[in-house]
Amino acid sequence: MSNKNIVYIALFAALNAALGLFPPIPLVGTGVPITAQSMAPMLAGSILGAKRGFLSQLLFLILVAIGLPLLAGGRGGFGVFLGPTTGYLIGWVVISFVIGYLTERFWHNLKFWHLIVINCLAGIVILYAIGIIYLMAYAHLQFIPTLLTNLPYIPGDIIKAVLAAFIAITVKRTYPIIQR
Amino acid sequence: MNSMTYVEGNSMIHQLNAGWKLLLLIVISTGIFFIKDWYWMCIAFVLVSLCYCVAHLSWRYFWQQLKLGLWFAGFLFIIQWIVNDWTLGILIGVRLLTLLLLAALLTLTTPMSVLLDTLNWSLQWLKYLHINPKKVSLAISLTLRFIPVIQQITEEVREAQKVRGLEKSVIALAIPVIIRTLKSADDIADAITCRGFE
Repeated sequence: MSNKNIVYIALFAALNAALGLFPPIPLVGTGVPITAQSMAPMLAGSILGAKRGFLSQLLFLILVAIGLPLLAGGRGGFGVFLGPTTGYLIGWVVISFVIGYLTERFWHNLKFWHLIVINCLAGIVILYAIGIIYLMAYAHLQFIPTLLTNLPYIPGDIIKAVLAAFIAITVKRTYPIIQR
Repeated sequence: MNSMTYVEGNSMIHQLNAGWKLLLLIVISTGIFFIKDWYWMCIAFVLVSLCYCVAHLSWRYFWQQLKLGLWFAGFLFIIQWIVNDWTLGILIGVRLLTLLLLAALLTLTTPMSVLLDTLNWSLQWLKYLHINPKKVSLAISLTLRFIPVIQQITEEVREAQKVRGLEKSVIALAIPVIIRTLKSADDIADAITCRGFE
């Protein structure tokens, strides 16, 4: 892997950490706040593509695992990988790959709305599916109550998907990184 | 930001090699998932809490870690109580707290620099997969370096957009920040290549 790719991967891992500095919005009841951070896998996938996007999110999670307080609200440590919401973190790695793959697929005539659909499909449908399955197994919950706990997060995630799509399409026009 | 930092000390747990600690953490936390009875889980919780005494960590740190999981543990307990029964609720709630405390013990008793060294050392096996461990180490150091760089660029762009009256627009902030950091990434990559890093 070239030095340039390594720097890009490090940059997007750091971008994830930087987004974690925005103050999270607490959501009463579940203890899981709404954060700007879930935009990072969308941006990494749609700006760097599948492979580099995937590696950047993996790198970020490794740094969180050894205890750097990089998650929103200064959380970090191996404990976050033993908690009930681990599925969403693993999901970040998966969706950055999926978003990257689909972005590369449509690269030549990529439109703003393509990216919105891709981000919503991966960032909501796939991410929630992974998170919900993990949470169901972890806490011995049934599907419906687990699904209900996720609903309050959907409006925020749609806004993040649209925002990330707009940023990625603008970056594509002015400073494209994916070469095809 | 500093809810998870190293606390100086020279207890048994502090002195244990970081690689062993990491391995023990993985083994024990996996073992905890096999506990199926709520009273055994409570015993595990007490044992992990006792480790905080062994490490000479004050109650303040113990409480600080516990507080992080208390909301979620309570939430899971109530849901299980309603949907299934209270014993399962205790099992799952206490398990969450036990795992949280156990994992925090590693970060509380090991300096971050030692953990990063251990991580870099543990990357050696990657060469059997034809991945250069040095490049992974480079990516790790670069990430840590990039965080303040992004913050600084964000601050500069924010000030520039304020002059234009765009301080409220997220787009007007995000796009220049991303493009400027990508450009600086290209310069850094060139500099690394010029120094002969392969």
